[in-house]
Amino acid sequence: MRIGVVTFPGSLDDGDARRAVRLAGGEPVALWHADADLHGVDAVVLPGGFSYGDYLRCGAIARFSPVMGEVVAQAQRGLPVLGICNGFQVLCESHLLPGALVRNDHRKFVCTDQRLRVESTSTLWTSAFDAGQEIVVPLKNGEGGYVADEATLDRLEGEGRVVFRYLGANPNGSLRDIAGIANERGNVVGLMPHPEHAVEPGYGPGTDGLDLFTSVIASALVSAVGA
Amino acid sequence: MGRVVIDVMPKPEILDPQGKAVVGALPRLGFTGFTGVRQGKRFELEVDGEVTDEVLEQARRAAETLLSNPVIEDVVSVRAAEGAATGAVGAGA
Repeated sequence: MRIGVVTFPGSLDDGDARRAVRLAGGEPVALWHADADLHGVDAVVLPGGFSYGDYLRCGAIARFSPVMGEVVAQAQRGLPVLGICNGFQVLCESHLLPGALVRNDHRKFVCTDQRLRVESTSTLWTSAFDAGQEIVVPLKNGEGGYVADEATLDRLEGEGRVVFRYLGANPNGSLRDIAGIANERGNVVGLMPHPEHAVEPGYGPGTDGLDLFTSVIASALVSAVGA
Repeated sequence: MGRVVIDVMPKPEILDPQGKAVVGALPRLGFTGFTGVRQGKRFELEVDGEVTDEVLEQARRAAETLLSNPVIEDVVSVRAAEGAATGAVGAGA
């Protein structure tokens, strides 16, 4: 499976995301923000970092980059897309996911190994987890507070689209401890924590993050067999 | 040369950590009369020629698509800057 990883000016974790794809058994494909097409990739990862210097709002300018036009169009047709940290912010700015990320309520940058609960295994990016599984992956952000209006939060909960939830003390003021969400179809997932930094023993808190990448590769195999 | 001024503010129900930091700093400097601060953004868009209704309409669309995020922010005004060639004052958005 060929998984594209987009590099925007200011992306930080694109290298680690490509490495995570490789360790999970996929073929990473570097995509550039100015690309007008996705080079035929089977999935896309929008990595963490500070695209366009976080100017205007985090992810706001990246959302209108040439490559995002194609990502949005294909995501709406079912292409698996994972947004991590800044990538999650880009997905919210693109309206592929509802809500927004705002500055941490305590106003400090947070960098920690974060416990999470996997709340949904019915997305293309979480099928390899056990329902309710607790995992630990790094969390590092200044603007990671997830906000949406009450009706949107209720809909996300009711439709099982809260994918990851923070365990322990809420690290950034996210409403209802939400760490990650999915679109209705389950092909688009965004989360603030960094699974790509927890994919190899000895580097980071463990290998819990690898299952997001193995999930999407397994999903592709299932659909290939089904076809 | 004309200029359009756009003001964007965080929605009232959205926590504004920057404003909270500022309101905390004010009394330390002796400014004790202020009980709350909210921090927004002001954009100045320059155009060749006059600020016409068409220019204002484009500015409103830009304000709603790129300059603000409707989930967390309100566009509180879009107007021609005072002293612009037309002297026109646009209606608030």
